[in-house]
Amino acid sequence: MYRYDEFDSTLVRERVEQFRRQVARRLSGELTEDQFKPLRLMNGLYLQLHAYMLRINIPYGVLSSRQMRTLAHVARTYDRGYGHFTTRQNIQYNWIQLQQVPDALADLAAAEMHGIQSSGNCIRNVTADQYAGVAADEIDDPRVYCEIIRQWSTLHPEFSFLPRKFKIAVTAAPTDRAAVQVHDIGLRMHRNPDGEPGFEVVVGGGQGRTPFIGQTIREWLEPADLLSYLEAILRVYNQDGRRDNMYKSRIKILVHQIGADEFRRRVEAEWAEIRDTALQLPAAEIERIRAHFRGPDFATLSDASDLLEQQALANPGFGAWLKANMAPHRVAGYAIANISLKSLDAPPGDMTAAQMDAVADLADTYSNGEIRVNHRQNLVLPSVAQRDLLPLYERLVELKLATANIGHVSDIIACPGLDYCSLANARSIPIARQINERFQDLDRVHEIGEVTINISGCMNACGHHHVGNIGILGVDKRGEEYYQFTLGGSSGADAALGDRTGPGFSAAEAAPAVEKILQTYLAVRHEGERFLDTYRRVGMQPFKEALYGAA
Amino acid sequence: MALLKDGRPHADEYTDVSAGTTADVLNSTAGPVIVSLQQWQTHRDELLRRGTHLGIVLRSDEKPDALSSDLEHFAVIALDFPTFRDGRAYSSARVLRQRYGYAGELRAVGDVLLEQLHFMHRVGFNSFLLESDNVVAEWETAASDISVWYQPTGDGRPTAIQQRHAAG
Amino acid sequence: MPKIVIANTLADGFVAFMREDGTWSPDIGHGAQAATEADAERLLERALQAAAANIVIDPYLIEVAPASADADSDRPRPLEYREYIRAFGPSVAIPT
Repeated sequence: MYRYDEFDSTLVRERVEQFRRQVARRLSGELTEDQFKPLRLMNGLYLQLHAYMLRINIPYGVLSSRQMRTLAHVARTYDRGYGHFTTRQNIQYNWIQLQQVPDALADLAAAEMHGIQSSGNCIRNVTADQYAGVAADEIDDPRVYCEIIRQWSTLHPEFSFLPRKFKIAVTAAPTDRAAVQVHDIGLRMHRNPDGEPGFEVVVGGGQGRTPFIGQTIREWLEPADLLSYLEAILRVYNQDGRRDNMYKSRIKILVHQIGADEFRRRVEAEWAEIRDTALQLPAAEIERIRAHFRGPDFATLSDASDLLEQQALANPGFGAWLKANMAPHRVAGYAIANISLKSLDAPPGDMTAAQMDAVADLADTYSNGEIRVNHRQNLVLPSVAQRDLLPLYERLVELKLATANIGHVSDIIACPGLDYCSLANARSIPIARQINERFQDLDRVHEIGEVTINISGCMNACGHHHVGNIGILGVDKRGEEYYQFTLGGSSGADAALGDRTGPGFSAAEAAPAVEKILQTYLAVRHEGERFLDTYRRVGMQPFKEALYGAA
Repeated sequence: MALLKDGRPHADEYTDVSAGTTADVLNSTAGPVIVSLQQWQTHRDELLRRGTHLGIVLRSDEKPDALSSDLEHFAVIALDFPTFRDGRAYSSARVLRQRYGYAGELRAVGDVLLEQLHFMHRVGFNSFLLESDNVVAEWETAASDISVWYQPTGDGRPTAIQQRHAAG
Repeated sequence: MPKIVIANTLADGFVAFMREDGTWSPDIGHGAQAATEADAERLLERALQAAAANIVIDPYLIEVAPASADADSDRPRPLEYREYIRAFGPSVAIPT
């Protein structure tokens, strides 16, 4: 994986010291809260319901075991012993003290991590396919380009005061695991007719209160032109995006208002002016970064399916875990192992410092010291020898991290909601828990099969409710928490926004409503048909009847 | 207000008449003036006949393309930040410097905060109208906080990529 | 209903309630209660001074139900759910 060189580490170190001086000026009263707020936000420090919250980037979801131990250290030393992995491949600490933030950031910087631009109207942490570099179906390693984008976007002097926040996601596989169509810019690598890899450029996707699926403005972009093209898009947005109303200032609104064709025309005109400049990526730099992602040297192993089958027969729990939590690796004899953070033991995405340390050890033992964080708030050990899966599983069971539910009904995305977040209108975590409690029978979970449930505690949609197969949005209805349901959303290559079922449900009615929806699905589905496909085939009517009675 | 230009305090010889009436502008006996885009477009000839240096201020919703063929007439172009959150002038500055080759004084006016001076300098501003009594010290802090630059912005600072792959 | 001033202290950021003497406590049970609008305004005035002095951030008044023997809490309970969560912490267990 990428390691900082002297330039990268100097910048992050200098930024910590700059913020240390700013914090001192705030604590001494030299800066008012109004003056300090934009400075702390630019370093990922929020003030939430209970305390300050520090958001640290995990660029494109890649963590080393050493970095994971640093995250554990920060949780233990400066917070209350746990952290929360988010839908944007970040980690949040909920109880950090302002006076200790500079020290925490200095410790993180020593492990090549930071919170720069994890908030504010700037380019946020670039996100990617969590299987990047090891996926059997990818055509190139997107991490190379993510790291190039990370550096280019860090302290970009022209784009640090955009109309609104800006999120870029990258995938290089036909199966979209990075939700690129619901980002401000989605980059999807594919091959042109000559067989050369390049990027399809999708703009104007997004969730929030006005969700849109992005539109393609360029079918194929040569990788060397990546930064000039991004800069052209950002410049058009910076100049033409709305600034009069924060709810209309994301790029999706601009693209929607002027149309994708006009937006493309403006970008291409801007790009023509800046394409042949220093923004052209030198081949030597692409190669330098690519070299960091080469390896590890995989052993020559043969496929171990037979062994795994025997082990699964002897240990059905292991069998269920294999079935739900494994993904195919590009190298024979290896597997991608997902670690679910969706048990009943903790809120979705939460992890204790002890668990973080233990997963770091497991990564060292079984996965070349590498860990990934995905946008569904789970972890991944990207390269595990198939013959090591059983001992890994047994250790995960001891750590309460072996839930066999990836992509299933209890693998629920939930934002922190009103339990932590000052923007929230309703709680998310207890709803996720109530649903999870109803689906503790793994046989039943696997019988239901692939389905995503996404819960947000407000319109901002951090819980991705619009693109959940079952989406749940918490609202405040005259002082009471209510939950509106949508069906049919997807964040994959077949991205779609969900349709509202009808009136919302009280907190007590939410989990039973999920139950009714899934019973309806089981009653009408065809053999082997996923929930999403059944919904697309039969439409809303049977679900509406189940939820609200016959009309 | 204090003017900081090229890292030093600077006496401001310009009078900003951009908010005034037509009569104010034309009758102004002051020396060099800074006018608005609209004043320039309606009184171009009269303004040129004044025979003094001219400056112009662009509001954040006015793009520099409107000046692309007039740049030779301006010794100062001021770009306004109505609030520090309005970042349009950063793009305008780069377009003026890099696309149109404007080489005169590029001045940041409005809500110009210490924390933004470095970004402003990087996109091509070389003067700043600041509400501060300690502009030089503030400038020195702002300019020296960060010494690594990832983006080529035409400001002459070598980027990390350029330094990594420099010959030798 | 009586009112109490809630805020976050600057240096650590934790939720705090203003006592009678103008100091701040993490315990809502220590918060000064204003019974009248005039009392509430005086409390808020004092809290805003503490904000201006960089002791706390964003103080405001919340309505509470007084502590009572038959309720399950021996402390005043904020009427709004958001403020209840601020006063008593997340409604879900913290991972251990």
